[in-house]
Amino acid sequence: MLVHEFLELSADRQPDKIALIVGDKRLSYRQLEHDSNCLANALMAGDLKKQDRVAVLVESSAEAVISVFGILKAGGVFSVINPQVKARKVEYILNDCQARVLITDQAHLAEISLIKAQCPFLKRIVLVDAATEQDRKIFPGLESWPDFLAESQATRPKKRCIDIDLASLIYTSGSTGIPKGVMLTHLNMVSAANSIITYLENTADDIILDVLPLSFDYGLYQVLMAFKFGGSVVLEKSFLYPYRIIELLIREKITGFPIVPTIAAILLKLKNLDKHDFPDLRYITNTAQALPPRHISELRRIFPQAKIFSMYGLTECKRVSYLPPAEIDRRPKSVGIAMPNTEAYIVDEAGNRIEEPWTTGELVVRGANVMRGYWNLPEETDKALRPGPIPGEKVLFTGDLFQMDEEGFLYFVSRKDDLIKVAGERVSPKEIENVLCEIEDVSEACVVGVDDEVLGQAIKAYLVLKKDSVLKEEDILRFCSRNLENFMIPKYIEFREELPKSAHGKINKTSLKQRSL
Amino acid sequence: MNTETGIRETLRTFISENFLPQSGVDSFRDPDSFMEKGIIDSTGVLELLEFIEEKFGIKVEDEEVVPENLDSLDKLTAFICRKKSDVSP
Repeated sequence: MLVHEFLELSADRQPDKIALIVGDKRLSYRQLEHDSNCLANALMAGDLKKQDRVAVLVESSAEAVISVFGILKAGGVFSVINPQVKARKVEYILNDCQARVLITDQAHLAEISLIKAQCPFLKRIVLVDAATEQDRKIFPGLESWPDFLAESQATRPKKRCIDIDLASLIYTSGSTGIPKGVMLTHLNMVSAANSIITYLENTADDIILDVLPLSFDYGLYQVLMAFKFGGSVVLEKSFLYPYRIIELLIREKITGFPIVPTIAAILLKLKNLDKHDFPDLRYITNTAQALPPRHISELRRIFPQAKIFSMYGLTECKRVSYLPPAEIDRRPKSVGIAMPNTEAYIVDEAGNRIEEPWTTGELVVRGANVMRGYWNLPEETDKALRPGPIPGEKVLFTGDLFQMDEEGFLYFVSRKDDLIKVAGERVSPKEIENVLCEIEDVSEACVVGVDDEVLGQAIKAYLVLKKDSVLKEEDILRFCSRNLENFMIPKYIEFREELPKSAHGKINKTSLKQRSL
Repeated sequence: MNTETGIRETLRTFISENFLPQSGVDSFRDPDSFMEKGIIDSTGVLELLEFIEEKFGIKVEDEEVVPENLDSLDKLTAFICRKKSDVSP
């Protein structure tokens, strides 16, 4: 099965059912199928070859969803870029994956104009809004979505791929500070979707509220899975005003609500959540980081009929495990057991399986959901994908340290590297340090994660400035804001005369972290 | 500080000092949407609520935490003026 068949099969089965709700737009399966066919045909007419990469840089919207399916139908590989990403990283991603086409919106055109000349592989830019005269002057050949769709055929394109072809590149932070493109085949994505749908027991009656960005696999899969089981998705582009989310939960009779701990922390700040009823809400899922036990009990009080699923995963295999909701009282800190059709086990430094309960080791994942590797990064790929039990097979070394209890339930211990999780997003300290060190007056920078009630972890930067520098915190923040996504901007900045060093001259992060508690 | 202009300027200063440097936005106009311009993130909304409750002595109800009341300097100023006239007629 191919990922875009999720949409095609549902459109054949129930064409008039509402598939997607964004703001006041309500789109049926028929309409999404029609528009994504038009997009696919237009892309192919523009000479998109099988497995060419197409980047999507737009806010969460109907157009973003149509783009994903249109690209797949054309045999292409989609990469959804976080709409917060700044020009230099967009440039890096476009060149790294050699994207031939970029689908973007008005809000991002100014940034694109800064980097277009440095992106030699980019042949076409499609604007999801109508293009102005001015836009066309800056971007000769700029194509606009309305024209694109109007002039194209709505017939379903013939299949160009098989399921071991690539469907997506999802960029994620790596400890080196350079974003890595996680290569996912159709088979990887279909397998992960199947397993998750199985344990969540989704049916066509489910209505999912998706407040997470589509660049984040957790946000993207909400749409993919809903189309597979023939349900509906309400896309909300931000979680800025929490009461709006409450209104949506009630008004749209939401049955499934995927969150990260930050969303729970913000929602639970509302004062009168108890006075509302949410009779339709069947489940809440949480991933990225563990929910604090206090938030679990609060959520259960406010949403008494909703099952709470604690889960764990990483982009490289989408999801690893889930805690059956009935276990949450007995093992509130566990992220559960391997999801259906996958295997998860813990190994020691030598790679041998650890059978002894409560012994820390690295978590290894086996399954058809495990990625094909990192795009253009063979060494990184070999570190993550290593030989498994069957000759020729590769299994995923997650880089996460875990323990298992007597009954085989998994507990997260820590990362092997120093990646930080901020509001569910994987953040590389190195990437931030690199940006900080580009500031002329900064001679040394060190970034660590500190505990934060709302964000899970917040970013703290320690800086050593050059002598006589007059740089202020505000200047640092301003520089960061031009070069980093918002969630990567340090929440705390501390200036130091010097940073603690190990005997080999390496900055001692552990000592900085301990002192910042 | 209790006049409309006083409230507006107090809010402008708070937003400029607390949200602008990390937002990557150099300036904003009074009717600009904080959400669309990317001036405030979700934890910023919590800080903003805390600030206006304390500074202006008002209580913001859950139902009021919506973009219609909070999502621009104009809307925010009007909202606080309305709330203040509710508590001290």
